[in-house]
Amino acid sequence: MTSPARSTDALVVFSRVHKSYDGTSFAVRGLDLHVRRGEFLTLLGPSGSGKTTTLMMLAGFETPGSGEILFEGRPITGTPPHRRNFGMVFQNYALFPHLTVGGNVCYPLEVRGVPRAERERRAAQALAMVRLEGLSSRRPDQLSGGQRQRVALARALVFEPPLVLMDEPLGALDKQLREHMQVELRELHRRLGTTFLYVTHDQGEALTLSDRVAVFAGGELQQVDTPEALYEQPANRFVAGFVGDAVTLAGTLADSGEPARVALPGGGVLEGVNVQAAAAGTPVLACIRPERIGLLAPGAAAANTVAATALDATYLGDHVRLRCALPGQEPIGVPLPLAALPAPPHGTPVRLELPARHLRLYA
Amino acid sequence: MKRAPRLIPALLLVLGAVPAVAQQLTVVNFGGANGAAQKKAFYEPFEKSAGAKVVPVEYNGEQAKIKAMVEARKVTWDVVEAESADLDRGCDEGLYERLDWSRLGGKADFLPAAVHECGVGVFVWSSALAYDAGRLKEPPRGWADFWDVKRFPGKRALRKAARFNLEFALMADGVKPAEVYRVLATPEGTERAFRKLGELKPHLQWWETGAQAPQFLVAGDVVMASAYNGRIETARREGRDLRLVWTGSIYDLDFWSIPKGSPNRDLALRFIAQAITPQRQAEFARLISYGPTHLKAFNGLDPKVLAQLPTAPANVKDALKFDFRFWSDQGEALEKRFAAWAAQ
Amino acid sequence: MEAGALREALRRESRARTLRALALAAPLALFLLLTFLVPIGALLVRAVDNPEVARALPRTVEALRGWRGEAAPPEPAFAALAGDLSAIDDQAEAGALARRLNSDASGARSLVMATWRALRAPASEGNAAVQAAPPAAGARAPLLAIDPRWGEPRFWEVIARNGARWTPDYLLAAVDLRRDAGGAIAAMPPEQTVFRAILWRTLGIAAAVTLGCLLLGYPLAWWLATLPARTASRVLILVLVPFWTSILVRVAGWIVLLQSGGLVNQGLLAAGLVEAPLALLFNRTGVIVAMVHILLPFMILPLYSVMRAVPPDYLRAAVSLGSHPLQAFRRTVVPLTWPGIGTGCLLVFILALGYYVTPALVGGPSDQMLSYSVAQYANVNLNWGMACALGTVLLAVTLVLYGLYRRLGRAELAP
Repeated sequence: MTSPARSTDALVVFSRVHKSYDGTSFAVRGLDLHVRRGEFLTLLGPSGSGKTTTLMMLAGFETPGSGEILFEGRPITGTPPHRRNFGMVFQNYALFPHLTVGGNVCYPLEVRGVPRAERERRAAQALAMVRLEGLSSRRPDQLSGGQRQRVALARALVFEPPLVLMDEPLGALDKQLREHMQVELRELHRRLGTTFLYVTHDQGEALTLSDRVAVFAGGELQQVDTPEALYEQPANRFVAGFVGDAVTLAGTLADSGEPARVALPGGGVLEGVNVQAAAAGTPVLACIRPERIGLLAPGAAAANTVAATALDATYLGDHVRLRCALPGQEPIGVPLPLAALPAPPHGTPVRLELPARHLRLYA
Repeated sequence: MKRAPRLIPALLLVLGAVPAVAQQLTVVNFGGANGAAQKKAFYEPFEKSAGAKVVPVEYNGEQAKIKAMVEARKVTWDVVEAESADLDRGCDEGLYERLDWSRLGGKADFLPAAVHECGVGVFVWSSALAYDAGRLKEPPRGWADFWDVKRFPGKRALRKAARFNLEFALMADGVKPAEVYRVLATPEGTERAFRKLGELKPHLQWWETGAQAPQFLVAGDVVMASAYNGRIETARREGRDLRLVWTGSIYDLDFWSIPKGSPNRDLALRFIAQAITPQRQAEFARLISYGPTHLKAFNGLDPKVLAQLPTAPANVKDALKFDFRFWSDQGEALEKRFAAWAAQ
Repeated sequence: MEAGALREALRRESRARTLRALALAAPLALFLLLTFLVPIGALLVRAVDNPEVARALPRTVEALRGWRGEAAPPEPAFAALAGDLSAIDDQAEAGALARRLNSDASGARSLVMATWRALRAPASEGNAAVQAAPPAAGARAPLLAIDPRWGEPRFWEVIARNGARWTPDYLLAAVDLRRDAGGAIAAMPPEQTVFRAILWRTLGIAAAVTLGCLLLGYPLAWWLATLPARTASRVLILVLVPFWTSILVRVAGWIVLLQSGGLVNQGLLAAGLVEAPLALLFNRTGVIVAMVHILLPFMILPLYSVMRAVPPDYLRAAVSLGSHPLQAFRRTVVPLTWPGIGTGCLLVFILALGYYVTPALVGGPSDQMLSYSVAQYANVNLNWGMACALGTVLLAVTLVLYGLYRRLGRAELAP
């Protein structure tokens, strides 16, 4: 509880936090997580992974079964939610339908006893910040989805909280609007410098928005890292599969050295990074991002290649995806630049290059 | 709308024709111990001798139902046990059939009060002061004691109506039974009765059905109550130590009557003729302490039963006969005033 | 041209739709008409209906026209009365007349019936005297001979006042007003003033019961609304259990519980909380307790259905924005449940207004509500005009309340 908790850039610290709803299974298990001051941190995971529970514990709507949550170095587990002073944006906005937009945005100021004039000034400011000037007297049901989302943001920001929690705030919007709002959120975060803690199950959104992403699965934290690190160096199979596309080949670890080598059931041997320091002889999964795979021109030579058979090609506008069959494996998709057309016809034997530093082996 | 009156009887005929298996007679009574005694003394013997089925129905004396039936010309009640004032009024207003006395025996066989153009007396009952002997140190002697909350602390129960209570109040205020209605007919007398009732108001609890009075006494909710003598006697036979004070009691008759337009008029009359025979009346009096109206019925009763009847000489000595003609005339105004007074 | 044809087609289509809707609604409309509107209409008519005197005594009414009650009735009135009464063939009609007059002037019943009998008896002296008397000589003396009370002006006043086919008297009496001899509207004499007090009490009890239901029902409905749907519907069945038993059984249950030797008092005595049994029955407390119990489901159901539609996120949002949970509840959930509160209160209040059995059984004399008077007039006094007039007052109060609710509701829900 000493150095990491007190470290100046940690705004929130989860320390060995457990949470169970039914007493038999864990919703959140052994969570250790630091939220840095000013960062945009996203909790990413499939439903039931514990990400929302984590957010709700921080907001105060759920109580940890054990462990401690620190804010600015002080435990806040005993602080009731209304004293935590965090902004919060809900999935369905939770705008009060009986109040106007202005009334909604003023609400947190009102309960804090801010004088009326000051209240109105700050509410107008907050509405301007989300580009909703002049809509103050509307009712929430007269607004579009995107506008409602902005009102919810303005309401969560107007009292200048040190931390803003967002629970899948863009989940209800259509794709185009969602992408637009992502840009605005990112921009807003950059301008305000407030710490944002964001929950989503959409890995694209997580990668787009965040400074760092915390990946959850089965109630446990899998990896916390920058989007780039998460993508390029997933810590385990789950992260590799959940974040971005991955081509996976099953095999057995033949050599646990540096670089390690994996024997494929079809007879080939590939070099790769032994991420989890597995022992030789253990079955492993070799993962690689599809765009790292290269199709060798006939006759060309390269290190770390594997023989395959072309199946079919799909034209995707900016690239072509060639499906290839490997012996003893599921077919894999290899992206080809448009320049590589025409694609090899069905049944052509091809060689694929899988660069060793991008091929990650997971136990 | 014009066609409906012709259609409905036709429909009823069709519906009625099908289940005409055994004749049914609907007899309406006041329920409780009284109804139970009637079943044994009157209904069951009649069912045996006439081969008809008697369907008993309970009511609380509401004339509205009879009026509604008579007005709609769809009378489903055949014989009704009616209180004297209701009978007299209903007779005037055409709610009841005039009885063919030739089929009921001579009028001379009955107490004079039991003879009416629309009815014949079922029994004589009395409304008297009742108390639980186990709860009072000394027995009350009359209505003056009923009003004496110092000597007899505790709540009292009275029927929620002006009738009886105004008479009781005047007797409690020292008016002799024979003078009660003369005094009550004057505005000053009415005033006096309400004033006297007012004295007791904080200590009063009202009952509405005859069964409630003994119930309150047994439950200990009240120390004294006005009650129908038969109900108290029945409770006594069930082992409760309830007693009656006959001084200042008010006695009256219930009448057999036939609602106007009853489809079973003839059977109804046969039922009444059998129910008023001395044997049936004596049997009824043995079951519940209400007095026969047929003069010969007294012959068959044993002295212990006779002593409990409202018509026993010792009981009737200081009692008052309910004046239904007075109440027919004054009832509505007095009841309205009573309601106003009770509501204040 | 094209546009016109299109418009015509659209109109035809919408007319067909309207007809279809009407055809589908017609059975219910007819049902409502027969079971609801016709009885209410009958009630309203009965409240002003006054046929007895106009039908039975037309000549007497005519003869009394212009007579103001300040002196003895005019001589021709006696003859007209004798003639009218003799002309009544049916005893029931005489009885109806007697009842009608008696309800305004005590004693008129025996007076009318005795006079009618005397006049109808074939060989009676009175009859002979009245019939023998030449019209000019007057029928006054023979009538007075039959019953001297015909000398009292009050009986004549009642005849004169009720000569019209329709009367406002029942309605006036229902709000403690009357017409004086001159026909002006005046207050009832104090010893006959009843109904205003009872009306106020009825409103008071209904309000107290409504408040009680709201205080008990609101938290319960909220708790139900926060339960998972399956559990909630199970608990809701428990809320509805009271509907399964007859109202009399439930009231009897309360009597057993609340009487001075009842379970509640025994419990309190045994626990040493009270020294003497509390008076819980036959007073206002008993009435309100029993009525709240009976009417509670009518409060809970509309509240529950409204609350079910309020997402729990509102409460969380308000708390996250810094409100104390109670304040958050008051400022978000409560305003959003106004429609449920309004409906529940209106429902309970209106149902409570008409309560009769419960106050009659567990109330004291000063806890009776207006329906008790309605029942009294309908069942005991057979004065259906008065019963209907009181019913009309209740109906009017209900309509006024409903109107107020609509107006407030509109203001509340307006954008």
